[in-house]
Amino acid sequence: MPERVLTRRRVLLGAAALATSACDSQRPRAGFLGVMDRFNERAQSAFFHPTRLAREEPVEQLTPPGDFPQYFISETVPLAPAGWRLEVGGLVARPRAFTLEELQRLPRTDYRIRHHCVEGWSAVASWHGVSVRDLARAVGADPRAGFVEFRSFDQGYYSSWDAPSALHPQTVLAYGMNGAPLIPGHGAPLRLYSGVKLGYKMVKYLTTVRFLPEATGGTWEDRGYEWFAGV
Amino acid sequence: MHPPESRRPQPWPIRLAHWANVPLLAILAASGLQILVAYPRMGARGRPFALYPFQDAVPPSWLRLGDWLAGARSWHFAFGWFLALNGFVYVLYLAISGEWRRRLFLPRRDTRDAVATLAYYLRLRPAPVQTGLYNGLQRLAYTVTLLMGALSVLSGLALYKPVQLQWLTALFGGYDPARFVHLLLLALFAFFTVGHVVLVALHPRTFGEMITGGRKPDA
Repeated sequence: MPERVLTRRRVLLGAAALATSACDSQRPRAGFLGVMDRFNERAQSAFFHPTRLAREEPVEQLTPPGDFPQYFISETVPLAPAGWRLEVGGLVARPRAFTLEELQRLPRTDYRIRHHCVEGWSAVASWHGVSVRDLARAVGADPRAGFVEFRSFDQGYYSSWDAPSALHPQTVLAYGMNGAPLIPGHGAPLRLYSGVKLGYKMVKYLTTVRFLPEATGGTWEDRGYEWFAGV
Repeated sequence: MHPPESRRPQPWPIRLAHWANVPLLAILAASGLQILVAYPRMGARGRPFALYPFQDAVPPSWLRLGDWLAGARSWHFAFGWFLALNGFVYVLYLAISGEWRRRLFLPRRDTRDAVATLAYYLRLRPAPVQTGLYNGLQRLAYTVTLLMGALSVLSGLALYKPVQLQWLTALFGGYDPARFVHLLLLALFAFFTVGHVVLVALHPRTFGEMITGGRKPDA
């Protein structure tokens, strides 16, 4: 069993810290650090470039099997409910639910890139799936929807993204990892993966994707982590 | 631009930048150590760097700032810009004021004196004649520190934006090597600070000069 850092206990501790501790676990942060947080969010948007791609890693850089961590916030590995579907809605012309087979019939994106975790480790895997950009085309997403929210069946883990990062060519709804179908430990049946965000933005065990006119928060973002979290 | 020989030892922009570095480096170091706690090893997952002797060692809590990872990142990214700005303004001042002549290490001018001073510290030779504000060894130390500061900021940016600034991350050999360099520079800064404080304690006049600016040599 690989170590799990984001256990329910940690989340509860984080919530307790939110209620009791000083400014370091409150969002939006007050005072000078809050001013700088907001400045850094704008700086991160400025750093982001919609056509800049994360580097394709050579195959010898692949992280050995078992060394790529499996993080989820439930006590045990979340398993997909019977009759799982991906609900796609919000500001879209054709809201609908997709089976996995239907998603696999959409254009496929493949890449092998480096994962950057907020904790400071990196790892390499290859991923394949349908890009959010292709999904947006399939449902007729409104270009005025500036944000995309991803929700999961892992105790409601969620994260909301700025549309430019969500529509980046390397942001995919992945159903495969390292050439094999995605396993439950890594977010089966479907997880978000991206070359342009830190790991906690990449929601696993997806249930819904919604194109929205404003940002909502996120499981870790609500507890004090950066909302933009670009790399 | 004439050589600044009639100047006070420490003009006010130098003093300002020097004392600003004290809280800035302390905040960056302490929040950086709190960030390190989230993954206290060097190297990618499944590929730890064998040359790093402190794998999984957690720095003591009194050396850390920010309570937890998100808080530490807030401190680190809030004040990192100011450390970079301070360094940038300082270098600009050195360049336009001509102070670089007194302070920076110029190999052809300073190497012989640096070696002689080192030999004196090692009690191998008598003290070389001191000319000017700093000897060659001091110039070497301060110049290396300036380069260390620049490398700290650049390796930090390489970690902050390993995709958007991937050319910079590649210069350090990739994300995990950049992280190692970033921590190594912190260790070098810690060593420098200890040596710096010891030498200032041995020469208290320099401490007063860094506060008041000191007297002009001809006064």
